[in-house]
Amino acid sequence: MHRFANPARFMRLSATLMPWCALGAALLIGLGIYLALFVVPPDYQQGDDVRIMYVHVPAAWMASFVYALMALASGIAIIWRHPLADIAAQSAAPVGAGFTLVCLVTGSLWGERMWGTWWVWDARLTSVLVLFFLYLGYIALVNAFDEPGRGARAGAILALVGVVNLPIIKFSVDWWNTLHQPASVFRLGGPTIAASMLWPLLIMALGFMLFFAALLMLRMRTALVAAKVRALRMAEVERHAAGVLTPGQPALP
Amino acid sequence: MSPAVTQFLAMGGYAAYVWPAYGVTVLVLGGLLAWSLGGYRRRQRELERLQREPKP
Repeated sequence: MHRFANPARFMRLSATLMPWCALGAALLIGLGIYLALFVVPPDYQQGDDVRIMYVHVPAAWMASFVYALMALASGIAIIWRHPLADIAAQSAAPVGAGFTLVCLVTGSLWGERMWGTWWVWDARLTSVLVLFFLYLGYIALVNAFDEPGRGARAGAILALVGVVNLPIIKFSVDWWNTLHQPASVFRLGGPTIAASMLWPLLIMALGFMLFFAALLMLRMRTALVAAKVRALRMAEVERHAAGVLTPGQPALP
Repeated sequence: MSPAVTQFLAMGGYAAYVWPAYGVTVLVLGGLLAWSLGGYRRRQRELERLQREPKP
């Protein structure tokens, strides 16, 4: 871990990895959309509405995964104070919020026809809505302080406390009697979904994962460049201040 | 439009749900990408400008 926590090393490593992740994401998402819209047969119960699943389910997986990653980075930031951990958590948050929004909206569109309602306050839907608000709360909290260090620390604590929501999301469909269906891919005893539908789903999920990886690296690079710009500006201000106070010049009128 | 295209776009009667779902996905993920790329380029330009300025 320590080896990659060095910002200079991260800049070199991400410069190599980012284009490959972006290329992989473009190819896999392109293939996934083609399979989902043209190749996969309509479901015997849901008809063509089932095609929504190929964006809804990967977005839902990413929503939880990104939060877990954000919490892990926050924990590392609090315990070991790695220079990149806070940057990673803060760079991931808006992307995670985006995945959660996609999950909620596509699920709502699907539910309107299949359940006859846009929204119900069942345990699965409510816990994912809470996840969305956790992302927004984290982003707001991090930016609420004048001193960035304090915002990062407060945000990291919120991110860690919010982890309790992740098992609630995962097991909500087993613990409570939800309108949302139970898991059909990641479950004991293997997937119950037909292979012709499972493969396009996994391709799309891997595409979303690579898209996230590329975007996270891009956003972390942005934060590191911004930190460098701030440091250069500070140096400039200090040079000016020193210039004013050089001997022979009037300090103040 | 040819009947095949019309039939594809109709999505078996679910067009009003399937297309908005894909539209929202493209819009949100594409928006995140465009926003992040814009931020990266802006910061990069700032850094280049600061490094070009002659040191006194």
